Amino acid sequence: MSAHAAGAALAPGDALRRWWADLGRVQKWGFGVLAFGALALLPLYTPGFLDTPGISFGGTMAQFAMLAIIAIGLNVVVGQAGLLDLGYVGFYAVGAYTVALLTSPDSPWNKVGPDGFLSEKWAWLACVPIAMAATALAGLILGTPTLRLRGDYLAIVTLGFGEIIRLMADNLSGITNGPRGLNAVAYPRVGQSEELPDGVFSSGNSSGDANYGTWWFWLGLILIVVILLLVGNLERSRVGRAWVAIREDEDAAEVMGVNTFRFKLWAFVIGAAIGGLSGALYAGQVQYVAPPTFNIINSMLFLSAVVLGGQGNKLGVIFGAFVIVYLPNRLLGVEVMGINLGDLKYLFFGLALVVLMIFRPQGLFPVRQQLLTYGKSARRLLGSAQAGS
Amino acid sequence: MTEPAIDEEMAALHRQVRAAEGETLLQATGLTVKFGGLTALDSVDFAIRRGEILGLIGPNGAGKTTCFNAITGVYRPTSGTVVFDGERLGRRKRHQITRLGIARTFQNIRLWGEMTALENVVVGTDARHKTSVPGALVRTARHRREERSAIEKAAALLEFVGIAHRGEEKAKNLSYGDQRRLEIARALATEPKLLCLDEPAAGFNPSEKAALIELIRAIRDDGYTVLLIEHDMRLVMEVTERIVVLEFGRKIADGLPAEIRENPAVIAAYLGVPDDEL
Repeated sequence: MSAHAAGAALAPGDALRRWWADLGRVQKWGFGVLAFGALALLPLYTPGFLDTPGISFGGTMAQFAMLAIIAIGLNVVVGQAGLLDLGYVGFYAVGAYTVALLTSPDSPWNKVGPDGFLSEKWAWLACVPIAMAATALAGLILGTPTLRLRGDYLAIVTLGFGEIIRLMADNLSGITNGPRGLNAVAYPRVGQSEELPDGVFSSGNSSGDANYGTWWFWLGLILIVVILLLVGNLERSRVGRAWVAIREDEDAAEVMGVNTFRFKLWAFVIGAAIGGLSGALYAGQVQYVAPPTFNIINSMLFLSAVVLGGQGNKLGVIFGAFVIVYLPNRLLGVEVMGINLGDLKYLFFGLALVVLMIFRPQGLFPVRQQLLTYGKSARRLLGSAQAGS
Repeated sequence: MTEPAIDEEMAALHRQVRAAEGETLLQATGLTVKFGGLTALDSVDFAIRRGEILGLIGPNGAGKTTCFNAITGVYRPTSGTVVFDGERLGRRKRHQITRLGIARTFQNIRLWGEMTALENVVVGTDARHKTSVPGALVRTARHRREERSAIEKAAALLEFVGIAHRGEEKAKNLSYGDQRRLEIARALATEPKLLCLDEPAAGFNPSEKAALIELIRAIRDDGYTVLLIEHDMRLVMEVTERIVVLEFGRKIADGLPAEIRENPAVIAAYLGVPDDEL
């Protein structure tokens, strides 16, 4: 145990974490705004060493933003509440398909245009809350029977759920258009100009640094900030404490008055809704939704982002998401001995996870979650108690 | 322990308990727990009165912890009833039983190791909180009020059990004795009417035991009723006011410590019976 602790003290994440914990509220906000500002400017002023030669850097960052949202959502379920969910891609699929089914001309439920209730200009935005509600409902339906299970059983059932969603998308060709997928999904029609008649978010905006990928990245970044604030509120409340108590010792939590089933279900539903939001972003950006995107491998990649970044740490998992998205795109054009390194991404992730599990099983940035809304005043109170006694 | 304004509710509870002292708080009737063919608890009757410290003793495997688990809802009794404060526990869930007013500690310490000591106690106070998940999401006024009072109450409880200076430490890093104290603080945070302590002195040295006796008395003096399982006879005789003795899942004696000490059945259970008397 002590050897373990000593090993952890040497890791680079810890110094950073300690420095962050010692900052005041205003300083944290200041650094946060600066960091997100710098992140937002990356696609415009890409440093040479970061650039992805084989693929648009803006597009890479858009993928990163989507995976970061997924990682934050999955982190609620896996990292905070400790529920191993291997079928999270199912929620991503439900979100993406909700938008696609409501806005694609290939879909029998297309509601865009004169016959439907969605105007072409605002269709995507209107579908985002619908998609989140649909995925939250999916989370509720999956969670109600399965969250009475624990550990391995839950993992197996969620794995099945992910596959069921994908197979439904593949086989219900009357609705989902089967393996051919749904085309021409709606996207925000904003910033139209003469050069870009469909706006900055359309795939027509494909040249330059501020291409449509970059715009989606910026949209994703705003959503990430909002989600982080809301999830942070939950973390520093009885909800976040209940989740950690369930993760640490479910029986003890129940005996201490935590309604474990209800809080597990909430974790599932909240995680699902966030996954659905990311799915809606994906559907809008790619404007095409098809079953292969939602295979089991992606579920594993999502989980890798969480495990790599540090389960429970919502900022850590964002970094994990960056690694998972960026590395394959960076290596795409790099050839070593006639092998394209981009093709070997799963080998690298596998290796990275093995190495990580041996040397740092808690992830690169392990948690020290803040579980109290007024942590500072608690520290003062305990300090005065100490001085008084 | 200083009594700040936040303890008004506790003081009110205190008075209410004092008024009803001596009445039956918990009544177990014909309590039976079977695991397959094994009868761990066989038709046990006993009562806990308000404001008393009741000891539950017996040799190893007598069914003490089973009895505890049947009361706190960890096990469902095979038959028999438990009436607590006028309510049948029946098929109530564990967290509902906690909210009715039964709190417990564990024989093998079960804290949430990654949380700080203070956070562990705050989770205990959450048992009485009413903030919903959407309420926490948008930080309603109720949420902020509950958070503030929870921290004050938890800090006061840590001070009460004597580990306020360790409040910022992760629970798993506390010393063994401090962990036992933290379990008591966490249980008290749920505002129980009945506090069940499962071998709280296990692994304690004599001076720690003396401090524990003082703590248990202070808890009783604050208006709580205490049910105590303990192996250390000296501690039990010193601190309890009434004792129930179990052997092989049956109740063999019930009475004042002095009576129990002289009871031949109890002596036989603990020391065995000489062959020539069989």
